[in-house]
Amino acid sequence: MNMIVCCKQVLDPEAAPSTFKLDAANNRMVQPPEVKPVVNPYDEQAVEAALRIKDKDKAANKITIISLGNNLARDVVKKPLSMGADELILLEDPAFEGGDSYAVASALAAAIKKVGQFDLIFCGRQESEWDDGQVGSGLAEMLGIPSITVAKKAEVVDGGKVKVERVTADGYQVLEVSTPALITVSNELGEARYATLKGIMAASKKQPVVWKPADIGLDAGKVGAAARKSKIVKLFQPVKEGKCDIVSADSPAEAASLLAQKLRENKVI
Amino acid sequence: MADNKGILVVGEVAEGKLLPITSEVLGAGRRLADELKEQVTCILIGEKMGDAGKAAVAAGADKVLVADDAQLKDYENGTYMQVMDKAVAEVAPRIILMGQTSNGRDLAPRLAFKLGVSAVMDCLELAIDPATKFMHCTRPVYGGNAKAIFTAEALPQIATVRVKASSPIAPDAGRAGEVVAFAVALDAAKIKAKVLETVKEEVAGIKVEDAAVVIGGGRGVGGPEPFQKELAELAKVLKGAVGASRPPCDNKWVPDSIQIGLTGKIIAPELYIAVAISGSSQHMSGCSGAKCIVAINKDPEANIFKEARFGVVGDWKVIVPAFTAKVKELVQ
Repeated sequence: MNMIVCCKQVLDPEAAPSTFKLDAANNRMVQPPEVKPVVNPYDEQAVEAALRIKDKDKAANKITIISLGNNLARDVVKKPLSMGADELILLEDPAFEGGDSYAVASALAAAIKKVGQFDLIFCGRQESEWDDGQVGSGLAEMLGIPSITVAKKAEVVDGGKVKVERVTADGYQVLEVSTPALITVSNELGEARYATLKGIMAASKKQPVVWKPADIGLDAGKVGAAARKSKIVKLFQPVKEGKCDIVSADSPAEAASLLAQKLRENKVI
Repeated sequence: MADNKGILVVGEVAEGKLLPITSEVLGAGRRLADELKEQVTCILIGEKMGDAGKAAVAAGADKVLVADDAQLKDYENGTYMQVMDKAVAEVAPRIILMGQTSNGRDLAPRLAFKLGVSAVMDCLELAIDPATKFMHCTRPVYGGNAKAIFTAEALPQIATVRVKASSPIAPDAGRAGEVVAFAVALDAAKIKAKVLETVKEEVAGIKVEDAAVVIGGGRGVGGPEPFQKELAELAKVLKGAVGASRPPCDNKWVPDSIQIGLTGKIIAPELYIAVAISGSSQHMSGCSGAKCIVAINKDPEANIFKEARFGVVGDWKVIVPAFTAKVKELVQ
């Protein structure tokens, strides 16, 4: 199988909420110096899903990573290579900045058409900055291929079809899809593997292919902010009241008892 | 698409009953339609949908299209998209709304991109800009640390509405409305994925998303046992359900189906007791609708105390049993 995994570089979503600041004038967040960029965690799990297929037959399966952005940190975008992916394509240009899911999917679709041969595309179910969750499904629509979202398992079965378990509110669906197809991956898939030292060494020697908008047949005016379909009216940080009544007493057990009484007095229980 | 008018709500039905989220979306659609002085059409896609059409009228629809077909029994986007293609062409709506459910979050982007627009996902509030008649959609971004208001410059506008974020109208069985069958000739060649099986992972007792009281456990609980023991015991006394933040689910201490958060269940109980949960933005997105949040955490700096109304700083292993004992005494 020729597999493509779309990976986004994001600011670490595990960063403490107290570090979060907005640049409201430019409708984006400010990068605090202590918060580092990482591969979007769901995208790492998408890489893991592809690697689990590749593990079955290393020679017969190939994984190409595509990342889009500007000034991408090489150590971050190369992480999937160090986990075991084969190639890395970067759509990297200032013109790619400021896009919404529609703009991003348009550029990815153009790049994937240029790559040509593919059987499976994996994406994370959503990225951790805008939490939009539209790129995977939208990309499939643009490429005219089927999509299955929020998968916790994907395996190649007889006849070249792919069997997918898709998480639902009260369980999961088991689907079978013909290729080419796109699958978005959820955290239920399980943790992504660590990069091995050997993998890191191999990745350091690989040079990514870098494509500008013109390389994928798009004008600079047809990507990034210029290609947005959704317009931001306002970006703001809701004010939190932060009036927590901390119940304290001589011992934790007494505090617990006092808490129960307070809840009773306030008719909460 | 300058002539597009009205609101199209994509409803969901399970076992012949309209889902609560559909009533919530119909409520949101009704309010927008009243402001625009336009109509609400609801499309129900599935099989054996009973009186769900009438229920959709009572919940605010002016017209209900019922696409009832054995091939629509299970959700699969290649099949459902064919119904939506025809519905959108016939209704030509200004706005298309659906719930942020496993189906809605899958269908909305495919439909939007096919129509050359972008959807706004997981909205908390919807409003009409009186000057332009375009919808303004408010949704959480940056893991719930901020909110953004989105709009568009082309029709139709598509949005999904977060579970429990919008209030339904009071159901009115006397509301006038039309329920019609909506037949679609499904093209098998366009269906590339086939549902082999639907697996339900039943959770014993009341569901976390339906409970009036929820006891949530976090990473700090330390393992699977406390969810069965101390937290379950407290839940039992308060007639509530046990939930969890993401780490206990990722560690397989508890089933994924009780995960509370942005990508898990959205809850809005009367009381949420967060035990050893730090209060990441992702988790808070799932429980900020709770009327009262109580935090028990050993770290006084934990983010959860910024969101809670009551809190105790200390070891949950001591606090929870003592709290449970006192609650038992008070409520009996």
